[in-house]
Amino acid sequence: MSLNPNAPRPKMEARELTLRYGTKAAIQKVSLAILDRRVTALIGPSGCGKSTFLRALNRMNDLIPGANHTGTILLDDMDIHDRSVDVVDLRRRVGMVFQKSNPFPKSIFENVAYGLRVGGMKDKSALEQRVEKSLRGSALWDEVKDRLHESALGLSGGQQQRLCIARAMAVEPQVLLMDEPASALDPIATAKIEELIHELKATYTIAIVTHNMQQAARVSDRTAFFYMGELVECGATEQIFTNPREKRTEDYVTGKFG
Amino acid sequence: MTPNTRRAVGLALTSLTGLAAFIIIAMLGIILFNVVENGAGGVTWTFLSKPPEDGMMGGGIFPAIFGTAALTLLMTVAVMPVGVLTAVYLHEYAPPNSLSARFVRVAVVNLAGVPSIVFGLFGLGFFILFVGQGMDRALGHEEMYWAQPGILWASLTLAVLTLPVVIVSTEEALRAVPMDHRTASLALGATQSQTLGRVVLPGALPGILTGAVLAISRGAGEVAPILFTGAAYFLPDLPTHLNSQFMHLGYHTYVMATQSPDVEATRPLLYSTVLVLLLLTFALNLVAVIIRTRTRRKAAGSH
Repeated sequence: MSLNPNAPRPKMEARELTLRYGTKAAIQKVSLAILDRRVTALIGPSGCGKSTFLRALNRMNDLIPGANHTGTILLDDMDIHDRSVDVVDLRRRVGMVFQKSNPFPKSIFENVAYGLRVGGMKDKSALEQRVEKSLRGSALWDEVKDRLHESALGLSGGQQQRLCIARAMAVEPQVLLMDEPASALDPIATAKIEELIHELKATYTIAIVTHNMQQAARVSDRTAFFYMGELVECGATEQIFTNPREKRTEDYVTGKFG
Repeated sequence: MTPNTRRAVGLALTSLTGLAAFIIIAMLGIILFNVVENGAGGVTWTFLSKPPEDGMMGGGIFPAIFGTAALTLLMTVAVMPVGVLTAVYLHEYAPPNSLSARFVRVAVVNLAGVPSIVFGLFGLGFFILFVGQGMDRALGHEEMYWAQPGILWASLTLAVLTLPVVIVSTEEALRAVPMDHRTASLALGATQSQTLGRVVLPGALPGILTGAVLAISRGAGEVAPILFTGAAYFLPDLPTHLNSQFMHLGYHTYVMATQSPDVEATRPLLYSTVLVLLLLTFALNLVAVIIRTRTRRKAAGSH
């Protein structure tokens, strides 16, 4: 399969990654590839380390005192913990959407423009173009185009989350990490987010953490099952849900525990 | 306990706590009523715009109002940057529970507990004698220029006194900025300083302003710290330089209450001066309360 020229190459790859908070290991020796322009779902019961793994990919764990790691994470064959890598630069290439929508108490426009402004973009028309492009990309443009300069806090929960996705996309990252992006939303808003993920994978490499089995089955190409800090199994989503190799995976995806 | 004794104990406790609460209101009420009753008549435009005359037995209190305003303004300019930067260091940069942060916090708490007269002596010893004399020597002043009581030294002494107020309220304001906003900003590739400048400080601004107003209203009413560092008994001129002495509402009240040759003649002026000082402090506190409730309402509206 590796000889097939159309096979997607890994965009990001963790090798023997162990991450500890203090001395307590949150994930143990995880080796996992996130394929280019594919959606990879990370599933598993609470506390299994899937969010920790996701946050490791753009080094958000650096912010937690006492967090330390062994092993390597590659982004396009570059070690993201290498001393030559600027973490600010890394986060511009690997964007993140959080579980709880967290727009800034600023206008809709300023929320989306934030990443561009801190990156040094000043030209007004360029900013406007990118904001519009991102809002269209997150299917929010038609709903907000007439009130771009009103507070983002006036949007509904689902709109706020799509705004956060637009905000992350505005800096044009190559990878989007999503940490349970729809867990706080109603079914209709969730459906919109899922539809959006489908469209985004043409341009972005996506890793999504979810608690929702159906969601993982619906949106992802590949699924990785985490349990107790270990990667139990990773494969094509269809295979994981219909024909898992491991007993624990089967038990989890069929709802016998977790 | 029989039901009757239980009821009696309950009743006694209710009345005791109620009485204690009532005493607070009564005290404030009596002070306010007394001051307003005796002072309100004397607060006229002439009183507010004229200097004292006839050896404190006539005229107005304009130099004292001006001096108080100039003093608190200088104090604010001095205390805000230091206080806000300290709080930012404590909350945003120092590792939580680090030795240095704990040390600074202990210092802040102790600073808040120092009696204000000690600040006055500290101001005299440190700012005037140590810094002032040093500056005179360094700048080559033949006569005393900086090594004498003046509005700059008085305001710096007050700034040290109000520093804990600013630090504590700024830290509280920083704590109220959701962690989510910081992580969102960092995840978008902002540096820590950009996050601070564009998200954290704007979010904390109302709380920081509240701290500033509280510090001002605290500083405007203090007399002890400025006794030795710049307040003047009587000055017909307004302060013009940083080393000028100045009149002050609080100190003027003290002077009129204790140094007047004719107590009867001074009394109405004294009451009016106290009323002006009280109104000033109340107004500042009111501003602080309004800013705070507005922020709370805004915060509540965002969920």
